Amino acid sequence: MDALLLPLIVACPLLAAGLLFMSAGRMPPLPTCVIGAGSVGLSALMAAMLATGFLRTPPPAGALHATLWSWMQVEGFNTRIAFTLDPLSLVMMLVVTGVGFLIQLYAYGYMHDDPGIARFFGCMTLFVAAMLVLVFSSDLLSLYIGWEGVGICSYLLIGFWHTDTANVAAARKAFIVTRIGDAALLCGLLLLATRAGTLDIPALLHIAATRPADLSAETAAFLLLGGAVAKSAQVPLQTWLPDAMAGPTPVSALIHAATMVTAGVYLIARLHPLFASVPAAMTAVTIIGLVTLLLAAGSALVQTDIKRILAYSTMSQIGYMFLALGAGAWQAAIFHLVTHAFFKALLFMAAGAIILRVHHRQDIYQMGGLARAMPGVFVAFLAGAAALAGLPLLTAGFYSKEMILQGAWHAAPLLWAGALLGAFATAIYIFRCLFIVFFGTRHTEPHGRTGATMAMPLACLAVLALTGGWMEMPDAIAPVHLLSHLLSPLFGAPMPEGPTWLLWAGSLVPLAGVGVAWLLWRPRIQTRAPPEDALARLARAGWDFDTLYDVLIIHPFVTLGRLNQTDICDRLSNATAATARAGGRMLGRMQSGQVRRYAGWIAAGTVVALCLGARP
Amino acid sequence: MNATSPTQALLLATILFTIGMLGVLARRNLLLMLMSIEIMLNAAALAFIAAGARWHAAQGQVMFLMILSLAAAEAAVGLAIILRLHAAGRPTLDADTGNRLKG
Repeated sequence: MDALLLPLIVACPLLAAGLLFMSAGRMPPLPTCVIGAGSVGLSALMAAMLATGFLRTPPPAGALHATLWSWMQVEGFNTRIAFTLDPLSLVMMLVVTGVGFLIQLYAYGYMHDDPGIARFFGCMTLFVAAMLVLVFSSDLLSLYIGWEGVGICSYLLIGFWHTDTANVAAARKAFIVTRIGDAALLCGLLLLATRAGTLDIPALLHIAATRPADLSAETAAFLLLGGAVAKSAQVPLQTWLPDAMAGPTPVSALIHAATMVTAGVYLIARLHPLFASVPAAMTAVTIIGLVTLLLAAGSALVQTDIKRILAYSTMSQIGYMFLALGAGAWQAAIFHLVTHAFFKALLFMAAGAIILRVHHRQDIYQMGGLARAMPGVFVAFLAGAAALAGLPLLTAGFYSKEMILQGAWHAAPLLWAGALLGAFATAIYIFRCLFIVFFGTRHTEPHGRTGATMAMPLACLAVLALTGGWMEMPDAIAPVHLLSHLLSPLFGAPMPEGPTWLLWAGSLVPLAGVGVAWLLWRPRIQTRAPPEDALARLARAGWDFDTLYDVLIIHPFVTLGRLNQTDICDRLSNATAATARAGGRMLGRMQSGQVRRYAGWIAAGTVVALCLGARP
Repeated sequence: MNATSPTQALLLATILFTIGMLGVLARRNLLLMLMSIEIMLNAAALAFIAAGARWHAAQGQVMFLMILSLAAAEAAVGLAIILRLHAAGRPTLDADTGNRLKG
């Protein structure tokens, strides 16, 4: 029964996507939404049933298996399409379907008067299906299918409003940059397949745990890391994420905050014995996480576009997850992934509600004083911002970030200091955004109301963003360890906790950040202009990685392409075309259109034929 | 029937054919072109008659009857086309102006 539910959870949104694409936009908005959100809701329901069954009576081997079919069987290599439900994919499944369902509901309120709504919901449900394949796969090759599936849906949805060339350019950029990582991931998979003869995850992990890592395992780990880095928008392949905000806001909430960008974290957590056996790769993960965390937080401090603030914040928070992975605090990374999905989806959806009501403006300096006009959205945004900043005790973000800080302390106190600096910056930038948007003088008069379909998901996620962290608490507060107990069969026992003053530091630093933000941007002395010195401009442009890649890669490539535009191969085909065209023009001149001339040609031809025939 | 030699009849047919062909090539009036084509057909028919007389075979006259009916059909089709062109608003019978299929 349970093993049957597993493929059904994937099939439900997949079928809905097929139906929606087949309708080709001829379906009215309401049924479109019912199919889109309903299918994801149905899989959320089945996921909840499956999860309760799983938690009440854990299956004998600690995981449920459902083999669908055998994909290929050749000498020395075979691979199956098979789904596995273990504690890690259980957590991911609940996040993807639960948050996905709330965002689909919200998307109806956000998109219901868009002519392309069928295409939108088709892509969104297809995305959920692909993400579930990614999460459930017990074989790296079928995981790769889901990995590419979410990539293509991301591309389609970033460029959803495709009449604007800027959106299309952003979509193409996201696709190409993540494709670089995908290529690395595929190379890593092939290397693993040749080394182990299988891509079955348990078998691979068994080999990684028993056999010492050789060169091919190290290379494979680094290649897989490349794939994870591109998908999760980490330095140096992070440049696509801020541009990806060109898509509709529900897309940013679902794909570019809650689920797809955390696929890299999931991949590393899933293959953690492989990474743990290669210390260099672990160090690389840590450094990438720390660098991204600090750079992105610095960029978020000076952005003026509300969605870009949240995009940089997403990069920064995923940097925390990478830091936790690199430090070996696997549970902390997954915990932060879950709470981040709650509060970042909430922040994006609240930002979308604001954008919709201030005439599609996204510049925070054009907003202001909105707290009185939209108190509900303000409370939701406040809950999300508090969770993101990690304000102590009340919010989910506090507990998950605290766990990461503890892990970083155990790995190296320097990492802990960096992460703490990041937490300080996080509190500053998100409360800067909050103070500028909701307090002070009003610059744009909001119109309309936020509909019920948008308000309901906001309320649900606001509750989750505040209370979602209570499933895991430090011993000093309350000995609750639901998540680490659930995940311990996979990841082993959680790390012991550090001294209590760590907890104090972790609680006081975000409060200090909020205080600094209040001093700088409180309503009375609010500076209503973005900072304009050289450093701020550099940070606003995302530390100019785009320019660097332009100079290093894109320009040489384009120049090379232009030089080779008329090489010998092109000349050959061009010459053939030119000959055919000239011949056609010559023969075409004979077709004067005059009947008498045609008759003359016929007569002349007959005479010639007769002469030739008469000659003995 | 005077025993006109087939050579003379064939010569007449050739002259008639050439006249008809020159008419088709030189005239620009569509009606006159049609008439020239009739002359050419009759020249061919005359050649069949001459050949039939020479070998005392009935097929020559059979072919003549067939060409006669063909000529009638051709004239009907040709005249119908000319009438259609006129009805479609062409003010002229000049064949050279109908050159829209120029390459």
